[in-house]
Amino acid sequence: MKHQEIDTFSEVLAADVKEAVRAGSASGVSKRREILAADFPDANAIRELAGQIKQHTLEHLDTYLEQAEQKMRANGIQVHFAWDGNSAKEQILEIIQQRKARTICKSKSMASEEIELNDFLTEKGYDMVETDLGEFILQLDEDHPSHVVKPIIHKNRRQIAKTFEKHGLGEYNDEPEVITQRARKHLRQKYLQGEVTMTGGNFISAESGRMVIVTNEGNSRFGLAGAKCHIALIGIEKLVPTDRDLGVMLNLLGRSATGQQLTVYTEFISGPRSESQPEGPEEMHVILFNNNRTEVLASDCREILRCIRCGACMNVCPVYRQSSGHAYRSVYPGPLGAVLSPLLAGKAGYPELADLPKASSLCGACQEVCPVNIPIPDLLLRLRNKAKTEHADKAAIGTPDMTLWSELATHPKVWRTAMKSANLLNGLPYDMMPIAPLRAWTRQRTLPKWQGGKFRNWMKEHQKERNHER
Amino acid sequence: MSTCLCDAFFDDVARATVEVLEFFGCTVDFPENQTCCGQPAFNGGDWKAARTVARHQAHAFAGDQPVIVPSGSCAAMVFHGNLLAFEKETDLPEMEDFARRTWELCDFLVNGLGVEAIPGRYQAKVAVHNSCHTRGSGTGAAMDKLLRSIDGVEVVKIGEPEQCCGFGGTFSVAFPNISSSMGKIKIENLQQEKPDLVVSGDMSCLMHMRGLAQKAGVDYNAQHVVQLIRDALRNEGAL
Repeated sequence: MKHQEIDTFSEVLAADVKEAVRAGSASGVSKRREILAADFPDANAIRELAGQIKQHTLEHLDTYLEQAEQKMRANGIQVHFAWDGNSAKEQILEIIQQRKARTICKSKSMASEEIELNDFLTEKGYDMVETDLGEFILQLDEDHPSHVVKPIIHKNRRQIAKTFEKHGLGEYNDEPEVITQRARKHLRQKYLQGEVTMTGGNFISAESGRMVIVTNEGNSRFGLAGAKCHIALIGIEKLVPTDRDLGVMLNLLGRSATGQQLTVYTEFISGPRSESQPEGPEEMHVILFNNNRTEVLASDCREILRCIRCGACMNVCPVYRQSSGHAYRSVYPGPLGAVLSPLLAGKAGYPELADLPKASSLCGACQEVCPVNIPIPDLLLRLRNKAKTEHADKAAIGTPDMTLWSELATHPKVWRTAMKSANLLNGLPYDMMPIAPLRAWTRQRTLPKWQGGKFRNWMKEHQKERNHER
Repeated sequence: MSTCLCDAFFDDVARATVEVLEFFGCTVDFPENQTCCGQPAFNGGDWKAARTVARHQAHAFAGDQPVIVPSGSCAAMVFHGNLLAFEKETDLPEMEDFARRTWELCDFLVNGLGVEAIPGRYQAKVAVHNSCHTRGSGTGAAMDKLLRSIDGVEVVKIGEPEQCCGFGGTFSVAFPNISSSMGKIKIENLQQEKPDLVVSGDMSCLMHMRGLAQKAGVDYNAQHVVQLIRDALRNEGAL
């Protein structure tokens, strides 16, 4: 039987990458657990509340989007809607052209990865500068993030030191402090050149139109201090109804993502420079983009849109740890990506990613840690059913056909006979097993001795004795 | 419900289940027409086939008696999986009724029957593997309570208790490398304190892990928790 693509990827994945991913994710898991237990008597209650808030928002997204738009406009923000990635990119390009900008400083944004913004603007001749340290390293390496919070979880410091050396950022030195200082020095120059700063956005409150960006490096703040124009690219699902809800979300986001009570920087941005707010860019644009999110909203997997991108599900996922984020062949890896990526890919892209929901033992660890309590295993199961009913070939690879089994399991007499007959397989060499899944199973494992009919015979005798005793 | 794995391989687990339930005063009926809960197809994505089998199983267990399963995984299929698979089906209420009556064995002993302790004796250092399908259910705490009540049983600490063993049904054959790597990590975690015995409420996990170990030329003792309970009762002459 053929293996699934993610399994093959894991099989040949370099040992140091596997080790880096495992170490990075494991530390995330333990820090998260410790801080939640220390700070809250019942963290599950908060996870459930946060899940309800986000679910409520999604179910009334039309109302909240309108409200957020009005508030943001009233705050002096120029609000744009983009139906898909191309439309978002065109609108961003237009703003940049109007500003006559050449250098764009950008803080970490999965949204921009999703629409492949860097490639688009770089091709047009713009100097795109990733200012998050991890993203900066990825940009130097022409690599892609493999985790939503720790984009370079798959790299170790020796590899990073080599990259810096190669790009003229000093002689080989793998001390984290030295690497950071060198990046800082390089980026400070860029901040001064950047006419436009691009960010993502973690939340927008519909009540006030206030947006929140969290970082640990202060890079988005630096970018905003230097630039005249701020463009924020944000998915339409990032809303919460009120400012109070931000408290719930922020309490969970840092703790779930990195085991921090709060990230080092939490910026609340109400709009561009104004009389009451004399600092910051003079112009601010928010691009709310869809890119198939409404399709997800219409599907039976809409709960995945609750996601606040903390990465806890991938940290805890044993499949992610064995395979790394790049195995998922999409922007969003891990359990989150296994659900979201095939859906965001739209009708045309779906078949290529239909196998992702199979990449799970359905162990449920992801749901247990999810700060918005997304029933990820249920959604993975729904997508497996979708793949089967839509005949998505990639999902079918390696999964045994269930026709014979379901025939047996609905005909009890035949079932009992089959169980007894299977005893004949005892002693048969594994590679001669007449059933493909058994051959596949025994390539890695032994098979216990068949005991077909034994319990049923015992039970019959036992019941006879029991009735006799009465 | 004996489960298809006990039907095929682990007859003694089903037998111990009957013996222990009877010890605590239950009359155990065994509907002959039962086969499988439907989980292999459900997890594999073939919900149509899963529903056909789950329907058959529900009919085999028609009535108002509690249904006891010596597997957290099969039990979860009945009380959770079926509700998903039958979401849009007209016979959902039947499946809901089946779900309400179905218990994982240890959960039933402690939270259904109110068993406080096992009056038995068993001299062993035991590592417990809680299967993933019992997350958030009463099973883990119930199993722990029962084991710790047995004279002589020492429950040892294991590393990364939330980690999955890597079985995952059809996952084990579609993702053989990841599945076996996960299993190896789990085996190490379980063997950390050199226990005499590994127990679990799910034979599927045990079968996968022990199968991996044996293939690699090492072996260790593993049993269903109900076999240990039965043997503990026997040792004390209670059964």
